[in-house]
Amino acid sequence: MARAIWKGVIRFEDEEVPVKLYAAVEDRSVHFRLLNERTKHPVKQRMVHPETGAEVPYDEVRRGYQTEDGRIVLLDEEELAALEPEAARDIHITRFVPPEKLNHQWYDRPYYLGPDGAEGAYTALARALERQGREGVARWTMRKKEYRGALRAEDGHLLLITLRSADEVVAAAELPRPEGRKLDARELKMAHQLISALEDAWEPAAWQDEYRERVMELVEAKAAGKTVTFRKPKARREEKSLEEALKKSVAAARKGKAA
Amino acid sequence: MPGAFWSGTITFGLVNVPVALFPANRAGGVSLRMLAPDGTPLERQYYDPETGKRVLYDEVVRGYEIQKGEFVVLDDDELEALEPEKTREIDLRRFVPVADIDPMHFERAYFLVPDSGSNKAYRLLAEAMEKTGMAGIATFVMRTREYLVAILAEEGILRAETLRFADELRAPEAAGLDALPSAKATDVKRFEKAIRARAKADIDEKELRDDYAERLLKLVRRKQKKGEDVVDAPAGDGERDTDVIDLMAVLKRSMAQAGETTGGGGSLKSLTKEELYERAQAMDIPGRSSMTKAQLIRAIERVA
Repeated sequence: MARAIWKGVIRFEDEEVPVKLYAAVEDRSVHFRLLNERTKHPVKQRMVHPETGAEVPYDEVRRGYQTEDGRIVLLDEEELAALEPEAARDIHITRFVPPEKLNHQWYDRPYYLGPDGAEGAYTALARALERQGREGVARWTMRKKEYRGALRAEDGHLLLITLRSADEVVAAAELPRPEGRKLDARELKMAHQLISALEDAWEPAAWQDEYRERVMELVEAKAAGKTVTFRKPKARREEKSLEEALKKSVAAARKGKAA
Repeated sequence: MPGAFWSGTITFGLVNVPVALFPANRAGGVSLRMLAPDGTPLERQYYDPETGKRVLYDEVVRGYEIQKGEFVVLDDDELEALEPEKTREIDLRRFVPVADIDPMHFERAYFLVPDSGSNKAYRLLAEAMEKTGMAGIATFVMRTREYLVAILAEEGILRAETLRFADELRAPEAAGLDALPSAKATDVKRFEKAIRARAKADIDEKELRDDYAERLLKLVRRKQKKGEDVVDAPAGDGERDTDVIDLMAVLKRSMAQAGETTGGGGSLKSLTKEELYERAQAMDIPGRSSMTKAQLIRAIERVA
């Protein structure tokens, strides 16, 4: 069983549910190291003074905020420490909202919650959330950092997904809508038909990171001293008129589904 | 398109929609610069720990560690050759209801901006997807990584949400969440009542603010006002230039430009002089303040 990364207590109204946090994301990406091309040694990074070229050790590095007018306001350690949130174990739920009110763009990183004792309260909260069809908006401080999150229930267990802050996210409504001549009703109808012909169930396991697999194959082949040949990319097909392209696509998609 | 992360084509059946991809998120929080004791911004530098000597960026290569201290070197051409045949394509062959996508999968959002030529196919796809509440699911390769994406539409704008692959998410059993006792009905009732007491119709964006960033900015403003510990950033200090580009300005300009190419000169003529001037300003057209309406149209057409 995975190790818990943090312990906290969910609180709202007079309720409290002690929970443990578990990472739900597993890093699968291929990690490369940067090497010195000549010596093939892995390189490291250091911070140097741009004028003297001398390395500045980490404990002598100062922090500063660069303002819009190109100046830097220096901040010392005590000032920064005073801004840090106080350590706490509470996960405050400020409100419960219908899930569609949470914009997908806010979702950042999911964590599983497990009970930390008091299993009865944990399972009851999960069940109650499912029955109400709502998600909680949560705020908590973990390892000197403040987090915002969505508390969800799924198949009898709880999940906490961290949320980006409001000003990190650019909403579509803030952008100008692409405009042009009114869309053709027939073409629009065909587009709807094509989408419904291609409609499928959400099955994430149907997709694999094939590129990652090919990178690993290449690594293994090169490690074994084999030479590797590559296929040439194919040219893309010709574009047709929009209406013609839609018509053929709908026909092809329907045929594909019937087959 | 300048500033785009990626540009390529969305294929929807036989319909091709050329798009450019821009990040929909700004960098999170407040980033602080690292400075020397005398206040000079420091430079990040690679070095070879065995020789202690500096290594320039074009002198590094990517290596995969197969055994401790033993690396297989992969160059950019090799990685590029591993990309799929139709590398500049996001092929939408499956559509799923947006509401069915498990939020655990959402990773990062990008706006897709109509790129080159007519935006008709773009608008058609966006409208049909938004009306039906469907998202197209596909994979594509960008900057040596393959992404699973949901393409969805909101406010007439297409957005790509990168999704975690199924094998990047642990099963709940891994956290020991499969063996829980069932809940007691009376407890469930009590929690439901508490949830209803806190139920609201919508979220409040105030609750999604980054309080730490706000406290930090307040401190900065206070010190700035008093002129306390304020130093000049060195001229030509380029490290932060990319952060300074306002994402919103880039996106607005891209959307505005895409609109122009659709209707050709006709749509520009329907704009007022003020609107044309704003567009010229966004496109940074020189001499715009002294131009007539006709001159503005010609200048915008030339640049677009």
